[in-house]
Amino acid sequence: MLETTALPRNAPLVPPLDTRYQVETPEGVDLPLRPAGLMVRALAFAIDLALRGLVLGVLFIALAMLGKLGAGLGSILLFGVSWWYMVLFEVLNQGRSPGKQWMGLRVVHDDGTPVGWSASLLRNLLRVVDLLPFGYFLGAISCLQHPHFKRLGDIAAGTLVIYREHSHTRPELPEAQPRRTTFALTLSEQRAILGFAERQGELSRARADELAAILAQPLHVPAAQAVTELNGIARGLLGPT
Amino acid sequence: MKQSLFERRHKAEWDRFCGLLEQLERDGKITDAGSFPKDYRRLCQHLALARERGYSSFLIDSLQQQVLRGHQQLYRHRSRLGANALAFILADFPRLVREQWRFVLAASLMFFVSLAGFAVLVYLSPDLIYNLIPAEQVSEMQSMYDPVAGHLGRTAERAASEDWVMFGYYIMHNIGIAFQTFASGLLFGLGSVFFLIYNGLMIGAVAGHLTYVGYGQTFWSFVIGHGAFELSAIALAGAAGLKLGWALVAPGRLPRAESLRLAARKSVLLICGVMLFLLIAAFIEAYWSSMTRPSPQTKYLVGAALWLLVVVYLVFAGRRRHAPE
Repeated sequence: MLETTALPRNAPLVPPLDTRYQVETPEGVDLPLRPAGLMVRALAFAIDLALRGLVLGVLFIALAMLGKLGAGLGSILLFGVSWWYMVLFEVLNQGRSPGKQWMGLRVVHDDGTPVGWSASLLRNLLRVVDLLPFGYFLGAISCLQHPHFKRLGDIAAGTLVIYREHSHTRPELPEAQPRRTTFALTLSEQRAILGFAERQGELSRARADELAAILAQPLHVPAAQAVTELNGIARGLLGPT
Repeated sequence: MKQSLFERRHKAEWDRFCGLLEQLERDGKITDAGSFPKDYRRLCQHLALARERGYSSFLIDSLQQQVLRGHQQLYRHRSRLGANALAFILADFPRLVREQWRFVLAASLMFFVSLAGFAVLVYLSPDLIYNLIPAEQVSEMQSMYDPVAGHLGRTAERAASEDWVMFGYYIMHNIGIAFQTFASGLLFGLGSVFFLIYNGLMIGAVAGHLTYVGYGQTFWSFVIGHGAFELSAIALAGAAGLKLGWALVAPGRLPRAESLRLAARKSVLLICGVMLFLLIAAFIEAYWSSMTRPSPQTKYLVGAALWLLVVVYLVFAGRRRHAPE
């Protein structure tokens, strides 16, 4: 995110490796969204499909006892469930149908705002085209080749399926004596050192040593003490807690 | 400023904002909404500061997440449906239809010309219908509209529940066709063209055939009433589909995706009008068209009046602007 090394003039920007999608808010803040790929969306759809089948099955059995009136209600119901299930859930439940909720996904507009009636209706009506010629073929092709994994309905409606954010838990910083560096750190170096300290709980001892050893020489410490040194710098950057 | 000091100083503020967010996400409203935008913008500033000062990923990520949640509560697309349904029915929809007259004209021509043309053809050379519809279905249809013993010749004591069955069935079937006609327009308009012409041919064939075998009276008196809404709705759905397709074929100065998005926003409004039309059509079909008591003359008169109503509505409604838009 914080690129400090200047690229040579006219050099094309290197596309980032991850699939983040940046939204710039009116406040001038860039918000990264994480678009969801084909597989997880297919699973969410399968869950929704099964759920709909179940609901319809139960209701049809109940309606069958009502006779003719039941048949009429049944066809209205079938219509409602097949065309409106997704729309109602997406608009009224913060962009999440039950399947999406299960898989931790949600639908938003391209600008990160919650999906509204017209966009949701559109993306779900155009599902018919994504289904062509069989089993979501066009939708899958479109999803696989689009940088933000949009199917045709998403492109037309201007919507995006993203992963819901999980709340972060504060990582435990390893104990060390706070210290200052003898030279000024750039922002990305500072972020990298803090990141190393925050992520140390997830790394094995050997891997942490190996990573820290890369910096042993510029820090003028023996490789064995590099981890402690880096943790100390991170503590120093963070300030007294 | 060190990160820990920064966090300590603003922690209370962030927690309070988080509480507001949770309340908003749960109930959709808060008691003192007035300070929300201010709090949100302050949080944005904190995020920008944290990034600029190179604070740790944990802090930046959690601030970012809060800003995202706040953004989703503060900014919404104003819904153009629902809130002003009456204005849409009285003025916006016919206005939109007139604005898109090129597509409406093209779709109507495809649909009604193929309908009328094939009806006449089938009437003149009746064997043609068997090229389009299998023989069993033709005879089934024929028995339905048989003036002596058809299903439509139901007596007055028919149960109300049966109307319900048909109402449900018509909604399901017709709106399904309209949605299909619209959505397939995404295939460069070809799908809409296909469904418009195909439905035109089918309906035309049935009309021509039944008139030829002498069941014209039962058939025409049955369909004329709801046909006004149903047929125009299919033509309008086709027009919406053609608009989608045209946005892809000739996007003008915009990139294709962008042009498609803009066209789709208009056509979804058309589709809302189409759904309304089809709801009315299903209602008329189930409760008025199937009545056998009124004489065919009455039905023709009412049917003609309904057609006139549709045309007048689409051509003249919403011409004059009323005060608060």
